[in-house]
Amino acid sequence: MAVKTMTKLTLGPIAYHWPADARRDFYARIADEAPVDEVYLGEVICSKRAPFHEADLPATIERLERAGKTVILSTLAEVMLKRERKATEDLAAMEAPEIEINNAAGLFARGKRPHRIGPFMNAYNEATIAWMAGKGATHVCLPAEMPAPAIAAAARNAGALGLGVEVQVYGRASLAVSARCYHARAHGRTKDNCQFVCEEDPDGMPLRTRDDRPILRVNGIQTLSESYIDLLPEAARLVADGVTHLRLTPQTVDMVAVTQVFRDVLDGRMPTGEADSRLAMLSGDAGLSNGFYHGTAGYRRIAAAAPT
Amino acid sequence: MITTSEPTARLRPGEGAIARLACLVLQPVLTRVVRRVAARHPSLFARLGPHQATDFLIDPVELPFALHLRPDPQALVFRAVPRDATPQAGATIRGRFLLLLELIDAEQDGDAAFFSRDLEVSGDTEAVVRLRNALDDMDGSLAEETSAMFGPAGRAVLARLRRAYPDATKPQEYA
Amino acid sequence: MSLAELICPAGTPAALRTAVDAGADAVYCGFQDATNARNFPGLNFTPDELAEAVTYAHTRGTKVLLALNTYPPAGKVDLWRQAADTGARLGVDAFIVADMGVADYIARTYPGIRLHLSVQAAASSPEAIRYYCENFGIKRVVLPRILTIPEIREIRREIPCEIETFIFGNHGLMVEGRCSLTNYLTGQSTNMDGVCSPASDVEYVRDADGSMSSQLAGFTIDRFGPEEKAGYPTICKGRYTAPHRPEGYYAFEEPVSLNLSRLLPELIEAGVHAFKIEGRQRSKSYVRGVVRAFRAAVDDIKAGRDANIADLIALTEGQKQTQGAFETKKWR
Repeated sequence: MAVKTMTKLTLGPIAYHWPADARRDFYARIADEAPVDEVYLGEVICSKRAPFHEADLPATIERLERAGKTVILSTLAEVMLKRERKATEDLAAMEAPEIEINNAAGLFARGKRPHRIGPFMNAYNEATIAWMAGKGATHVCLPAEMPAPAIAAAARNAGALGLGVEVQVYGRASLAVSARCYHARAHGRTKDNCQFVCEEDPDGMPLRTRDDRPILRVNGIQTLSESYIDLLPEAARLVADGVTHLRLTPQTVDMVAVTQVFRDVLDGRMPTGEADSRLAMLSGDAGLSNGFYHGTAGYRRIAAAAPT
Repeated sequence: MITTSEPTARLRPGEGAIARLACLVLQPVLTRVVRRVAARHPSLFARLGPHQATDFLIDPVELPFALHLRPDPQALVFRAVPRDATPQAGATIRGRFLLLLELIDAEQDGDAAFFSRDLEVSGDTEAVVRLRNALDDMDGSLAEETSAMFGPAGRAVLARLRRAYPDATKPQEYA
Repeated sequence: MSLAELICPAGTPAALRTAVDAGADAVYCGFQDATNARNFPGLNFTPDELAEAVTYAHTRGTKVLLALNTYPPAGKVDLWRQAADTGARLGVDAFIVADMGVADYIARTYPGIRLHLSVQAAASSPEAIRYYCENFGIKRVVLPRILTIPEIREIRREIPCEIETFIFGNHGLMVEGRCSLTNYLTGQSTNMDGVCSPASDVEYVRDADGSMSSQLAGFTIDRFGPEEKAGYPTICKGRYTAPHRPEGYYAFEEPVSLNLSRLLPELIEAGVHAFKIEGRQRSKSYVRGVVRAFRAAVDDIKAGRDANIADLIALTEGQKQTQGAFETKKWR
């Protein structure tokens, strides 16, 4: 593969309720060892979790920036309650670091000041992206379910407007969010009385069909794919199509090693086939999938076509 | 897809001959009905889309025969078939006769009948959904139209049929 | 003052006439393509059918709202623009939109036609709603089915547009417009293709003991005992096992329908302008029954009488009904 040092690797926000010390350790290692260029921080899924790690945020930001990483703060995907509206407003008021907006409430609060568009914002097409760019968007993360031709068309148009374009290339896909907490429900509790039971499942709570086939993962109000997205074999095509940032979302695997595999492929230090085998090994029991990209069922794994 | 072929299992000794006779008697009626519907409701076929060529088996559980429908405007098929000679169907719809009649006439809601397990669907679900939506877009009552084709005698038969199934029109079993 | 308009589903021209005749103040419908979120086989309108439907409805004083409430993928935006052009030419009374690009196009091209914000836009806070109002001139927001009545009352105070809420029908659990569950199993997208648990991927498998499995793209979404009430294999209404629930349970929600008939007076008092009945994919029989019942109820309430709501449970999924989040936030 051609050397594409221009292509940035990013680490998405942690979707799960990892304990504060686990997060601190995780980001310390990312700062010291992971070849990622940009790191998104902040609670995106559940506003009840935010107090557990907010206090650590300044130190984490400082640590990552000292290591040369760009830090971006992500806003909540769902904004309904007073505390969620306040949290969104507070983030939107910040001058630095950059922010990634995941709800129209954030767009309202941000006005025309620069911001990134998160994957929950449904920026599916060039008309919407152009609209957003006109309102101060500098960068857009496309929805995980977009197929290759739409990604290419969106990236071409966004690139022409000077926007960065990001696609998730690793980790579970967010498939749905709800007002109801399914972790609490599984334990016979309500959202208000959840006792943070989601902390028990750092890689999501597995759901299986009644004939015992793994299907989905529950993370509080969020439903995720059982499989990890893996677009490593497609990375060259993404870059050729104008995608500037490749997003890896944190899972309970060795994320430093995972990011290194992607960096090695982007820099031409490792052949894609060998790299993908290594990625499968690093991903443990998780199935790898690229169906969305290939316009088919998201859980599917489509074998690479002849190299282009 | 449901692949069981248990219609034959419900056949009692001697029923085969009766069923065959019933089918013979019924066939001219069915032919007239389907031609008339096709002539009066041409938009029905557009809604069927690719499923104009699908073989539907409409299976009234308490009758000794089933109905085979292929809604192809070029070569319409609507015939009564004995249970031991049903064709390979793309989709099967099974329920009590009057319920099926009322579904066709939009007097009953198909989803509701399905949720309550009074209606059973097997085979190509999209074909059934298309047929349901196509029939649902027809104004008027197919049962009334059909019975009217046979004058006062036809209407009397329909009225008697409805009286014979009092519970089919009431949702009491849903409670 | 709330007008308590009744907004009714029309999946076919016959269903539209049924809804109009049963007393709908407005009907909503869509074209036979991906531009609306009920892109189901055999359903919806050709442009010619919509032209006739608009005439039928307008002659009887009923409004027609056109749903353009999906998200065009890049490279296919023209299909949505053309649908808007057709709708404008045919004289629809409002467009129901979710995508910002689509909203922007209509706001600029047809400033005289009302824009309603679809539930698919998932605007659940005053700020989000105001974003759409200020930027696209949205006249009405269809609220997600996740808010309590006190929350609706508070939102009403802070937004410049009308509110429409669902009062009956399918009880969607996921935030609308943010759900890719169907695409994950079938390769067809709710947001981009207007598809949810497509019939082409649905199979019902009967087991020897009389029980029935409902499958979507080969995944068993639920299994029903011989006498058990059934549901459609929608992923969010399926039964699964989890580490703490080895027996299998409805991980998201039971097959259940929303029915707010008993909350109508409170909703009116909270400032809701319009009541939406879900079910473009349902039959004329459903439309007739539900619209008639709610027409009578709304008329009773407006006249200061107690509303006598007919029992609609036979038309509900799984023969069960709920007031969902509208009644209590414990639902969450």
